[in-house]
Amino acid sequence: MLAIVDYKAGNLTSVQLAFGALGCDTTVTSDPAEIRAAERVVFPGVGAAGSAMSHLDALGLAPALRDVTARGTPFLGICLGTQILFDASEEDGGTVTLGLLPGRAVRFRPSDRRDKVPQIGWNQVKASRPHPLLAGIADESEFYFVHSYYPAPADPCLTLGTTCYAGVTFSSMVVRGNVAATQFHPEKSGRIGLRLLDNFLRWTPDT
Amino acid sequence: MLTKRIIPCLDIINRRVTKGVRFTNNIDLGDPVEMAVRYSDEGCDELVVYDITASAEQRPIDIGMVREVARAIRIPFAVGGGIATLDDMSRVLLAGAEKISVNSLAVRTPSIIADGARAFGNQCMVLGMDPVATADRTRCPSGYEVTTRGFRERTGMDAVAWARRAEALGAGEIVVNSVDADGTRAGFELTITRLIAEAVNVPVVASGGAGCAAHLRDAFTVAGADAVIVAGILHTGHTTLGQLKHALHADGVPVRMHW
Repeated sequence: MLAIVDYKAGNLTSVQLAFGALGCDTTVTSDPAEIRAAERVVFPGVGAAGSAMSHLDALGLAPALRDVTARGTPFLGICLGTQILFDASEEDGGTVTLGLLPGRAVRFRPSDRRDKVPQIGWNQVKASRPHPLLAGIADESEFYFVHSYYPAPADPCLTLGTTCYAGVTFSSMVVRGNVAATQFHPEKSGRIGLRLLDNFLRWTPDT
Repeated sequence: MLTKRIIPCLDIINRRVTKGVRFTNNIDLGDPVEMAVRYSDEGCDELVVYDITASAEQRPIDIGMVREVARAIRIPFAVGGGIATLDDMSRVLLAGAEKISVNSLAVRTPSIIADGARAFGNQCMVLGMDPVATADRTRCPSGYEVTTRGFRERTGMDAVAWARRAEALGAGEIVVNSVDADGTRAGFELTITRLIAEAVNVPVVASGGAGCAAHLRDAFTVAGADAVIVAGILHTGHTTLGQLKHALHADGVPVRMHW
């Protein structure tokens, strides 16, 4: 069973519908036991880092997330879920986040006023290296983004894909062992996004 | 590079897509789910679905239809019309829409923008506005006044000031639907679109007046829009998304060419 972690950080319908379209059964859950028992875990989220961390704390979910990422369960962060996997976020006056990946989430600071924040829309992801999660996806394909902060991993080796916006080239996709995470929304990125989710369902991480 | 978005708009009456001559001379153009799938297959970047009679008929939005559209496509879409409360917004988002578009409601009750942004995030809250050119520069220094209720009521509010206020309240995107250009196919109203694009830091969507690819290009390159809404020229088969995208691409406008 694939568990979609529900921590009151936005709407999970699109994630459920996308995996449903791939014929995959999902359970949307806030139950640490169910998350620990899952074969695969998806950690989505939209909204702000501060309230997301408060909800995670209130639900007591951080230990379960730590366990499944440490144990080798294939794990996929999406958007805000990706940002709060890192040590800290600049959002909400500075927020300590889960610390499951080294680095932080930083805000776009465009020097050109035409670069709007949030970034909303389809932008290219350039692969840093081949990876099973990117199988069958043309390099520099466009994915759908909605975000004001972006991941800045402390270890450049984590970066699996990069995207250019507002004067920076940022890590739009990262992977370490069994933990993969995208800043973009594969569940809203049409056929190409579905292919990435299908790759995730077939992914056997090296351990 | 972030690509410019092309967003077909589906105006709905009784679960049918209708030609956007508001409230009169309506022409049935097809099934909303079938049209959403077709435009998605043809490479549209987002969709917007307006339940255009919901608020006039004082009934809630057709959630069943929102759910069917969400099941059928894997790209983002916004929903507008007939949204009066946070509960309405919640139901629309849980049905699978990405964004809520508010227009007349936000003019009457601006706090709905802040309440929605706090509950669901700024990225969910789209402000739609229908500005019209006015000579009254005292009340409207930009030369554009906000109208409501399908252009029928003037508000005395300056369009640029309203855009700034909506951004401050938490609107994540602003759709500028020109009353003067709507339905003309003579091009977007570039002046007010540009004034608003320069006044706010959130993305701005040009709407009303699309007749050909050059009009879209001007909205992007002259007015600084981040996205455009198109309706009639696609619905009637006057042009296709593919033709629009190829022409924009040839003109050097970044658009999504593979999907």
